[in-house]
Amino acid sequence: MMAGTGKHHGGKHHGGERNGTVAYVNARLIDPASGLDEPGALVTSGGVIADLGPRLFSDAPPPSVDVVDCRGLILAPGLVDMRTQLREPGEEHKETIGTASAAAGAGGVSTMVCLPNTDPVIDDVAGVEFVARRAREAKATKVFCYAAATVGMAGRELTEMGLLAETGALAFTDGTRAIANSRVMQRALNYARTFGLLIVQHPEDPALAENGVMNGGEMALRLGLRGIPRVAEVMTIERDLRLVEATGGRYHAAHLSTREAVEAIRRAKARELPVTCDTAPPYFTLNETAIGDYRTFAKLSPPLRTEEDRDAIVEGLADGTVDAIASDHAPHDQDSKRVPFAQAEDGIVGLETLLPLSLALVHKGRLGMADLLGKLTAGPAAILGLGEGRLRKGAPADLVLIDPDKPWRIDPDAFLSKSKNAPWENLPVQGVAMRTVVEGRVLHDRMT
Amino acid sequence: MVAALKNPNVDFRHRNLLGIEGLSAEEISLLLDRSDHYAERNRSARAPGKALSGRTVINLFFETSTRTRTSFQLAALRLGADVVNMAVEHSSIKKGETLLDTALTLNAMHPDVLVCRHPESGAVKLLSQKVECVVVNGGDGAHEHPTQALLDAVTIRRRKGRLQGLTVAICGDVMHSRVARSNIYLLHTMGARVRVIGPPTLVPGAMERFGVEVFHDMALGLRDADIVMMLRLQLERMQGSCVPSIREYFRFFGLDRQKLSNAKPDALILHPGPMNRGVEIDSEVADDIGRSAIQEQVEMGVAVRMACLEVLTRNLPRLEDG
Repeated sequence: MMAGTGKHHGGKHHGGERNGTVAYVNARLIDPASGLDEPGALVTSGGVIADLGPRLFSDAPPPSVDVVDCRGLILAPGLVDMRTQLREPGEEHKETIGTASAAAGAGGVSTMVCLPNTDPVIDDVAGVEFVARRAREAKATKVFCYAAATVGMAGRELTEMGLLAETGALAFTDGTRAIANSRVMQRALNYARTFGLLIVQHPEDPALAENGVMNGGEMALRLGLRGIPRVAEVMTIERDLRLVEATGGRYHAAHLSTREAVEAIRRAKARELPVTCDTAPPYFTLNETAIGDYRTFAKLSPPLRTEEDRDAIVEGLADGTVDAIASDHAPHDQDSKRVPFAQAEDGIVGLETLLPLSLALVHKGRLGMADLLGKLTAGPAAILGLGEGRLRKGAPADLVLIDPDKPWRIDPDAFLSKSKNAPWENLPVQGVAMRTVVEGRVLHDRMT
Repeated sequence: MVAALKNPNVDFRHRNLLGIEGLSAEEISLLLDRSDHYAERNRSARAPGKALSGRTVINLFFETSTRTRTSFQLAALRLGADVVNMAVEHSSIKKGETLLDTALTLNAMHPDVLVCRHPESGAVKLLSQKVECVVVNGGDGAHEHPTQALLDAVTIRRRKGRLQGLTVAICGDVMHSRVARSNIYLLHTMGARVRVIGPPTLVPGAMERFGVEVFHDMALGLRDADIVMMLRLQLERMQGSCVPSIREYFRFFGLDRQKLSNAKPDALILHPGPMNRGVEIDSEVADDIGRSAIQEQVEMGVAVRMACLEVLTRNLPRLEDG
């Protein structure tokens, strides 16, 4: 798409960094898009992938080249994170595009897509241009944005989707709010179809979710907290699927959390509806018991569900129903979380834990490595029509070098993100991004 | 085939003109031929004749209209009829029973022709069932506007010499347009190929059931079109419901030189008026005398309505002299 932020900019000042030729040798090359999973080498030059393959440099690389020995490491496309909240403009005390980019680099993410729920809401051309400009200035990760589907995310009037897409908006969503009104949803799907554009839904019936703060059920009863029934998710999805069928519009359900929602999408895909979905690490890592003693770091939207739901999400990832894993990065300052549970903001920071938490699925034998990396690269890129997320000769050198087994403990205080809200303190994990490269530039490096 | 139909004595076997749907090619051709005849008369110094002399025509408009009402009024006056205009304030009218009461009241006055426009689809037909005179539909809701389709057809036929085989692109708010529906019926019956173009919120996919080709992209839909027929976009459709904004609509569906370049070099532009300049049509295109037939449409409007009044009143009992 058009306004690939950082895509065509910045070369003037930092051309020197990019023009160096770097050879990554002895790597396990994984490109989920093409099915490549073989030992081999890859060489970057001038910001693009100059060549790659199992037999490249089978003798020895030329002496003029900067050689990186990747023995024991995976070289994959840089991660494409399709759902982040970057808080800029409006809440720069929680996160900025600059700090989020640094966090993304540390997490192996080379492309991120941000929600329009900023202040002001990204619902006009100026908002899309603002994000693109700030990303250029940060000169780090690639940043794309969604634009609001309705003006002010108020759920009534459609935004200028055609003009917004021309400016660079990848797809349309009301962010963390559901497009609740059936008529508005029908029009949004219908109108977006004019331009072949995607509508991304936060699937949650607002009337059922009203004032709810955690999963509805026994635990909410015991804690005395207002619950959000599990059915609120699948109801909205099933309504939307009817509208997708009626309009032919493209639809993506974000951050699935319940078994019924996975089943609904599975059935829709079997009927070949133009439908995709994603989930986020909390939903396949934790269940509602993580809330424990009113722990606000485990408060998110949609809420953590039951163990049965968690298992169904993993199952959906394994059988291909769930197309992508997003970080659902939702930074909040301490003031937003150190309050009574019901008053706390929703969300977890996720950019720096996306990869290790997802790799747990491989270590537990639920997904193959290439399959998992597909959900983090080619999967989301295909949904959003991005050329990123693949290893291909001539493509931008957006790469991540992964040590898949390295054990470590998560320490939120060490996050580069401006906010540290995460329920993962001291959680032992395996696997880490050793180096993140965006268009040939090394953003982050643990290799030395 | 069309030439053989130029027989002014062909019967028009309908008491009323409620819509184009259901009219045969011969009947449409008869109306178009008589319209041509009156168009020439209107341009010449010759009096058009007094085919409606002694007849009474009532213009009953439940929807505000200046152009159409004036056009009908002029047509009737030129043919020698007595004309009464009744502008009914829509707000003061209760629907249903009151419409029928109005019909019965007017019927008791024994007019010869009732020209009616109404904001509800089907209302003119309902009225026609309760009166004994000729009823001409001046536009009912989003259903039909037969005289508009006829005047568009006369305009096209005079410029292109035919209707058969032409590719006509109808662009804009097809969903809410009676002009589009009447035109689709007429053009199909006369052997033209019809395309409809607009966003799916204004041009639903189900339009294909009308036998037209549906496009959501102007450049594709206008490719090699002979006729580009623009529709008026109502303001209430532009404010985020069907279309996000005027500027977005104009960018993607407004007719400008660049989009028009996809059509045939001699493609003719029509618009039923009144135009929203800068919304559905660029002034540069609308005012291009070589391409735009918009003024000619207005001229043909009077001739078409004269033809309809004359042909329909042929079927009425003849007036006795003295």
